Amino acid sequence: MAFIRLPRALMAAALAVPLAFGGLASTAQAETVMRVIPHADLKNLDPIWTTAYISRNHGYMIYDTLFAMDESFTPQPQMVDTWTTSDDGLVWTFVLRDGLKFHDGAPVTGEDVVASLNRWGQRDGMGQQLFANMASLEATDDKTVVMTLASPFGLVLESIGKISSNVPFIMPKRIAETDPFEQITEYIGSGPFVFQADEWVPGSMVVYTKFEDYVPRDEPASAAAGGKRALVDKVVWQYFPDNTTAMNALMAGEVDYFESPAPDLAPILAANPDITVEVNDPLGNIGFARFNHILPPFDDVEVRKAAIMAMKQEDYLAAGIGDPQFWKTCYSVYPCGTPLDNDAGSDLMATGDIEAAKAALAATGYDGTEVVIMQPTDVPVLSAFSLVTGEKLRNAGFNVKMEAMDWATLTSRRALRDPVGEGGWNMFHTWWIGADVIDPMAIAFSGNPDAGWFGWPTDAELEEARSGFATATSAEEKLALATKAQERLWAIGASGQLGQFFTPVAYRNNVKGLIKSPVQFFWNMSVE
Amino acid sequence: MLAYVLKRVLMTIPVMVVVALFVFLLLRLSPGDPAAVIAGDYATAEDVAKIREKLGLSEPIIVQFWNWSLSLMQGDLGTSIFSNKPVTTLIAQRIEPTLLLALTTILFSIAVAVPLGTIAAFRAGRWMDRFVMLFSVGGFSIPVFVLGYMLIYTFALKLRWLPVQGYKSPFVEGLGPFLWHITLPTVTLSVIFIALIARMTRASVIEVLEEDYIRTARAKGQSEFKVLMRHALRNAAVPIVTVIGIGIALLIGGVVVTESVYNIPGLGRLVLDAVLARDYPIIQGLILFFSFVYILLNLAIDLTYTFLDPRIRY
Repeated sequence: MAFIRLPRALMAAALAVPLAFGGLASTAQAETVMRVIPHADLKNLDPIWTTAYISRNHGYMIYDTLFAMDESFTPQPQMVDTWTTSDDGLVWTFVLRDGLKFHDGAPVTGEDVVASLNRWGQRDGMGQQLFANMASLEATDDKTVVMTLASPFGLVLESIGKISSNVPFIMPKRIAETDPFEQITEYIGSGPFVFQADEWVPGSMVVYTKFEDYVPRDEPASAAAGGKRALVDKVVWQYFPDNTTAMNALMAGEVDYFESPAPDLAPILAANPDITVEVNDPLGNIGFARFNHILPPFDDVEVRKAAIMAMKQEDYLAAGIGDPQFWKTCYSVYPCGTPLDNDAGSDLMATGDIEAAKAALAATGYDGTEVVIMQPTDVPVLSAFSLVTGEKLRNAGFNVKMEAMDWATLTSRRALRDPVGEGGWNMFHTWWIGADVIDPMAIAFSGNPDAGWFGWPTDAELEEARSGFATATSAEEKLALATKAQERLWAIGASGQLGQFFTPVAYRNNVKGLIKSPVQFFWNMSVE
Repeated sequence: MLAYVLKRVLMTIPVMVVVALFVFLLLRLSPGDPAAVIAGDYATAEDVAKIREKLGLSEPIIVQFWNWSLSLMQGDLGTSIFSNKPVTTLIAQRIEPTLLLALTTILFSIAVAVPLGTIAAFRAGRWMDRFVMLFSVGGFSIPVFVLGYMLIYTFALKLRWLPVQGYKSPFVEGLGPFLWHITLPTVTLSVIFIALIARMTRASVIEVLEEDYIRTARAKGQSEFKVLMRHALRNAAVPIVTVIGIGIALLIGGVVVTESVYNIPGLGRLVLDAVLARDYPIIQGLILFFSFVYILLNLAIDLTYTFLDPRIRY
């Protein structure tokens, strides 16, 4: 014990030193601080300029939205007090709530809303579709905005209330008038927290303080909707590049909340009685194996289907995620457990039958063309998915070449439509957060090679179903069109679906008030 | 002497020009596109092209280099593509932790390694010597991150004597919190340098102990302590200082891992994050900065020789 006594004495001395130097600022303070390890470093502060999820989460801290998704994925008014729709569904009138104020003290006006939506509409996919159907958007007075559509559009509230990137956050007009392809340079919103620009150290720390003038809605918080009550004075995001150090810091009580611990650390954290580990995102993430539809051999639908037949979700999820409590198989292209979840057309990959895949590939007359799979070794889950695909395809008879690279290289290379020998590619893996693929409007489901997502599938029937979905007004009609879109996605072998997996959150037991949502919010949360 | 220093300082200019050109071309020729990283998963090729244009990345490489060079000549290292902050500001925000970690590491390493190496040389072939050599081999062999985790587990999680992570500025939070937070990273990073410097000190002192003037000193009846301190160690200093200089240069690489393991917001992590995101201006600015520091360091070491060995003249 003497061994222990001495260093404690030294520690006491060390703690006394700052008093002697007069540098310690820890006088008794009533300020409540929640120390958070976010899932990524906040590199950029413009949630319209970039789609990065961490910038979106930053957006939710400091900005507010007109509408917001509740936990049943229904848009609910947030900044809007009342709204009306004309009988023909073409004219939408929104009236803002009383007391909305920006962090600089200026009131939120209709002009701010119009400028913000205009900027968002030039960058976001759903925003572009909304604006393509729009005749005009104008502020008729300080609190009223009128949107007039040129043709019926069934996703008005879903668009302006979308929960994930790019979220139509409302900014002051002077800021929202920034070119959408350039970053904003002023960070003033009307949300529940204020960004402290002077304390921002990119790669390390972001500090938010409670916005005292924020007026929350009366309804209880429900996902992004309901009352946003800031229950702590300060939220500090401290970025940890190393997951193990982050885990150690949480266990030592140096931080309160760890947003995204690696699944393999979850059992260690869960074994600590001071820490709770749970899944907070009901939708999780959906794994994708993406083919390049314009290059051989995957320019042949039957070859793509043969590859999909070889894939077995359990193998991917076991290799990439591990602990079965954090994943489940899901053959719907929309997240399982959401309104459009269905199993139409998914027989193709339900078994992962290598022998059937082998026979199907042989029947295509596959000539042994090399399949280049891009493997991002700096993203462990995707690296594992890539290796599993490599093995499955080899077993099915494909000539596979794995190419290791980092994610940044992959993101630029996947944009190339060139032949493989000139930098092109055949396959890569990714995941989408469930909220981003909740309906057929997601860019991941595009069948238009000119405006679509990397891999560039072409299918007129798929596009027809997607456009029908955009204008459909009834839930039944929407479900039927979403099911049709899913059938087409499987019929053309657009991508392999690799299952649904969930990233747990871990926090010390003194943290209360978590909101179940696909996006991490910090209002309603307190540190006791 | 002054002319020599001036000449060496002027010689840094062509070296920096070559470094700048090399870094710029290397980055532009390597795969990866910051515009694609910014645009994210939802972007179309058109979006990526527009972002690239706004960032000035669609200009011919020669134009980009010219623009960058012009800014450099005005002391402007550019602006981060992602955070929109000037690179000089980012360096200024991060330089203190790295500099102080390097300083504490070097001081701690010298304080431990020079006596260890000297004692090992003096007791060459005995158990103390073998122990120091065993420690050196171990110090060279153990990866920094493994040692870091072991120390964190023992001293932060189990014994709770020291914090797991973080950095506290001595100028803001005071010396106590600074020392409390910097201890484990310093020890972690020092081990390899202690091994390096101790081995070099031992070898150098053993060589000097064979010299005639040592025999003369002993013959004159001087104590072993005096022989060691006044004659042996002083004459062995030049190679030791050289290896310390090399050690400081190696530190620039070493801090990347240590800063990650201990979550210290220093320059090492800034480099790593910038490389992964292809934030060209930060990478270019930091490599230039490190190169400049490296050149100055070499100059400082060369000048130190003149104080240690009066025979050396420039």
